Amino acid sequence: MAAIPSRHKSLVLLAGVVLIQVLFLAVQKRDSQGRLIRSWTVGAISPFERSGAWGFGRVRDVWRHYFALQNTTRDNEELLRENNALKLQLSQLESKAAEADRLAALLNFRRLNRDVPMLGARVIGASADAGSATVFVDRGERDGIRRNMAVITPDGVVGKVIEAFSGSAQVLLLTDKDSGVGAMLAGSRIQKPVGGTGEPLLLLKYVTNDDTVNVGERVVTSGMDRIFPKDLPVGTITEVKPGNPFKQIRVRPAANLERLEEVLVLLTLHPLEVQKPAEAGIEAGEKSAPEQPQVPKS
Amino acid sequence: MMNDTFDLAGAESHIEVHKFRGGAIVLATGLALLVQALIPIYFPKAGILDLPLLITIYFALSRRNPSTGLLLGTMIGLLQDSLSKVPLGFYGIAKTIIGYIASSIGARLDTEHPAARFALTVLFFVVHQGVTVLIKRLLLAQPEVWFTLRLGIAAGVNAIVAVFLFLLLDRLRRPS
Repeated sequence: MAAIPSRHKSLVLLAGVVLIQVLFLAVQKRDSQGRLIRSWTVGAISPFERSGAWGFGRVRDVWRHYFALQNTTRDNEELLRENNALKLQLSQLESKAAEADRLAALLNFRRLNRDVPMLGARVIGASADAGSATVFVDRGERDGIRRNMAVITPDGVVGKVIEAFSGSAQVLLLTDKDSGVGAMLAGSRIQKPVGGTGEPLLLLKYVTNDDTVNVGERVVTSGMDRIFPKDLPVGTITEVKPGNPFKQIRVRPAANLERLEEVLVLLTLHPLEVQKPAEAGIEAGEKSAPEQPQVPKS
Repeated sequence: MMNDTFDLAGAESHIEVHKFRGGAIVLATGLALLVQALIPIYFPKAGILDLPLLITIYFALSRRNPSTGLLLGTMIGLLQDSLSKVPLGFYGIAKTIIGYIASSIGARLDTEHPAARFALTVLFFVVHQGVTVLIKRLLLAQPEVWFTLRLGIAAGVNAIVAVFLFLLLDRLRRPS
């Protein structure tokens, strides 16, 4: 067998290494192959991510509370909390006044679905590549998290679990190009999917030019994807342009996906049916008292 | 081992091959991946950075050995794949190629000047982007645009960061 000239050895090595990876890429199904490598890497880096997230949090807290307008920050946090509580009360009043099952179901989601286990989780890391929108949370398989579980915040849909490791899980955010959610317009109830674009705004797809869609209209989950319960806020329409063959509709996500710190994971893989107040034996005027989810570990 | 030294044969022997302190490459790589995973949570705009790519470019340029460069690129790329949602090998292939090209160029040119580093980082960023788009289109059958304004900005920002990061990494070199 002819020897390879030394100056070509690195070129042969390059071809070999690339070929091996191409073959690996070709046979790879994310469901199974490569999981071991991912588990090792994530397992190795997760403790550092936790420490880093904790460290960042401490530094940020110290900065906020001791250096940067100590009292103003605290007052602001108090006001924000109060504002959130008032927003919730206002929403409840609106839903009662309109007797809209949709809003009532949304606001009473936690109470009406008390049998649906939810788990609070803290975001500890983001994706290692700029091209994808994923985050890692500090809860994993041992906490009951499995792939395809829905991830939300009180503001709206966040994404879904795409990989669960023993002590952490990877969540695909709505803004990722590969992400999607079954959605519908809150007003007209037109059902269309919403997908990520890799940008901060989402895209409401396949809406024909004949359908009337207005800027400012709310988009909620349809429940048709069998991952997210019906009527959770997805976002608000910010831009509508005519297109061929479908309209170009941009949606601002309801949840602040660029500043995620804590999320809720719905610990069920079964499609959720949000009960209507009548079904749950709840009077329209009854006060909503959402249960608190488990507090994430610090 | 990666931190071992070697001699360049032939015409390129006048170019200095840099050695690094023990564990410097492993430490810098781990730190780059950790920072890459942490920073965007607190500063979303920092997601534009590709620190694993910058680390690959730096060490490949410094080591000036194509075999070492491509294997380093493979390792960093696969680790990045593991912490992303892409299939394993996606960034592995891209960074293998970058590692090879960077170390080959490093063996022929003096790449110590900040202007050269800036220009090379822009070039490698574009090549890296081109390879990833090719992989997406040909191997994963996913539509992907070749170039956007955001990528242009990202190339410039990464190159500016690279100039300062490389100066910092120069401190990890063993004194010759």
